Amino acid sequence: MAKPKIAFFDFASCEGDQLQIANLEERLLDILGHVEVVSFREVVTGHSDDYDVAFVEGSITRPEDEARLKEIRKNAKILVALGACATIGGINCLKNFQAENVYREEVYGAQARWFSTYSARPLKSVVKVDAEIHGCPIDPNEFARMTKELLQGRTPWIPDFPVCVECKQAGNVCRYEMGRMCLGIITRAGCKAACVTEGAHCWGCRGLAPGANLDAARIVMDRAGSDRKATQDLLRFFLGDTGAAL
Amino acid sequence: MAKIASAKTAAKTKSTPKGAATPISTPGPQPGKTTGPKKVHVHYLTRVEGHGNIIVDVEADGRVSTCRWEVPEAPRFFEAMLVGRDYKDVHHIVSRICGICAIGHQLASLQATEDALNINVSEQTHILRRLALHAENLQSHLLHIAYLVLPDLMGVDSILPLAATHKDAVLKFIAARRVANEFSRLICGRTTHPQRFVPGGFTMFPSTEELEALRTKLTDSLPNLDFAVDLFATLTDRFPKFERETEYVGLVSPAEYAMYWGEIGSTKDERRPVRQYRNITREYIIPTSTAKWTKNQGESYMVGALARFNLNAEHLLPRAAAAAKKLGLKKGCTNPYFITIAQLVESVHTVEESLQLVDELLTRGIRDEAPAKANIFAGRGAGAVEVPRGILFHAYEYDEQGRIFQADCVIPTNQNHANIQKDLEALVPTLTGLTEKEMELKLSMLVRAYDPCISCSTHCIDARGLDNEPQGMVRFNYK
Repeated sequence: MAKPKIAFFDFASCEGDQLQIANLEERLLDILGHVEVVSFREVVTGHSDDYDVAFVEGSITRPEDEARLKEIRKNAKILVALGACATIGGINCLKNFQAENVYREEVYGAQARWFSTYSARPLKSVVKVDAEIHGCPIDPNEFARMTKELLQGRTPWIPDFPVCVECKQAGNVCRYEMGRMCLGIITRAGCKAACVTEGAHCWGCRGLAPGANLDAARIVMDRAGSDRKATQDLLRFFLGDTGAAL
Repeated sequence: MAKIASAKTAAKTKSTPKGAATPISTPGPQPGKTTGPKKVHVHYLTRVEGHGNIIVDVEADGRVSTCRWEVPEAPRFFEAMLVGRDYKDVHHIVSRICGICAIGHQLASLQATEDALNINVSEQTHILRRLALHAENLQSHLLHIAYLVLPDLMGVDSILPLAATHKDAVLKFIAARRVANEFSRLICGRTTHPQRFVPGGFTMFPSTEELEALRTKLTDSLPNLDFAVDLFATLTDRFPKFERETEYVGLVSPAEYAMYWGEIGSTKDERRPVRQYRNITREYIIPTSTAKWTKNQGESYMVGALARFNLNAEHLLPRAAAAAKKLGLKKGCTNPYFITIAQLVESVHTVEESLQLVDELLTRGIRDEAPAKANIFAGRGAGAVEVPRGILFHAYEYDEQGRIFQADCVIPTNQNHANIQKDLEALVPTLTGLTEKEMELKLSMLVRAYDPCISCSTHCIDARGLDNEPQGMVRFNYK
């Protein structure tokens, strides 16, 4: 059987997710033994439009990005969104809360009109996405597991419960017990509560968990003493394209 | 040069996976002697971070008339996103500017915030941050040297074919890079967009045992780096012979090879404190190309490993100084292709200095200390660190609530764009008569040498125009 052909693409992003894949090191060579990489611009010269699986990183931020993404969709049997910018719009959506002329002029001054841009959005608002690998950045282990499942023809599994479950397993003290804010209560798990374990709090980079109760979350945050501005800051950090952001 | 190019061409044909198209040439004749008029268009340069194009105009008589460097990366508006954000979140946002230099962005950001809000961090925090910066520089340099540049020197199109033909060398590079990643993980937690840094200090600390294990790992990776130095010492003659005088800008310090702090130094200008960075970077925008460009004394200047080496070579630690000697790298080098060589020298220096810093931490004893308290008031501050690709500036103005009023980030690759363009212009006379393949290799090797981190260029703009062609790597457009 011919090896499946895979390709990597990116739109507005930091390319940190492709770096996470490069950081699999020796294990990357194992995976590469089972696939044929036809396009991975960050690491390999050469490119082909003949591929089965397309991994796409980054958000759509310009009208002209849509045509390119639709072309990728047409060529690929399976399109996988890679990382928060691609799955939920992520940090790029922060600019969506400012007027377009304001953020353009903030950066480009008088020349602002030279450059096209519109509200940042995830891939799924433009094309059908077959699988999503969440996170900012993605977890390389989850990438390896999900890619394996994809190659076996299965639908990759992703957790449908909130980060709190994994955070308890990691043995962390709840941030709310410490008088701090945390989005673990509404965010999809799968990261093993990485940020909380490192001393920070959950920022929501993996998107909302299915059935997340936003009203209850708001009450929890209010009761913990978060003012409206702080809650808004946190909900806009990654979740700007979801209904969660104020 | 011609010999290497043909070696690459041959190897490329062999190593291209079955079924995958070779770099596409459309329309027009297949690669051969150039007979213009036409454009050689390296569309989406590979093995760089971000998107960049090189466009070469060839006249009817075969003479190369112009050479252009363009960046079509999607704009992301980070400086605007920061407006109104709380000082505690700022470094987490700017971290997302770049996946490769996330740590450097966080450190420059923290310096700027701490400068603005008058937060004084402990000696231990400084040591840990210096280690974090070393770890990131080491892993990024090794990625560039082995994965991105070595394939050109060996005449193949990626590190993958080398895994078969030069397995031992590739495994040594991978091992050295794994140590760099483990190093980073140990100090910063997650290596991409780390979570342990906060204004004023750290939330988590490595244990004594972890630091001792790190010392062993770093010591053990020195032979792998020596191997890399020996390997590249045999390859330096494969870099094109090309010299162009330019201005070199980077951090300088009287006592050390400055990476983490210092003043802004230049080979052609006076030293300046970091807060006066705008006197050096002088950004401007041009319509035909991409990100904001910069210039200082001349038309352009260079930042990065070669600039740092040219400013600070006398402060290299002994093993790195010996490596520079072996590699034939001398202070005052003006060949941009040698940036990679300077990175290799820095990799050795980084491991040496990190070992000293780890020893210092172990001698002092690592303490679980709380971050220094922030004073919230309106203020301005600037920070600068040397990230893999050169000097990075962040400068913020905070309002009285500790929220960003205005932010400015000057990224190394943006500072290098003008210098890349000037190098390309200087290369033009040497291109006439070369085949398309040779031209492509010589030009892409030049741009790749700068290790451009294009998605970092926060102010990037679209220069691609209305071009809906499929994205092949190379395109030949007849006028």
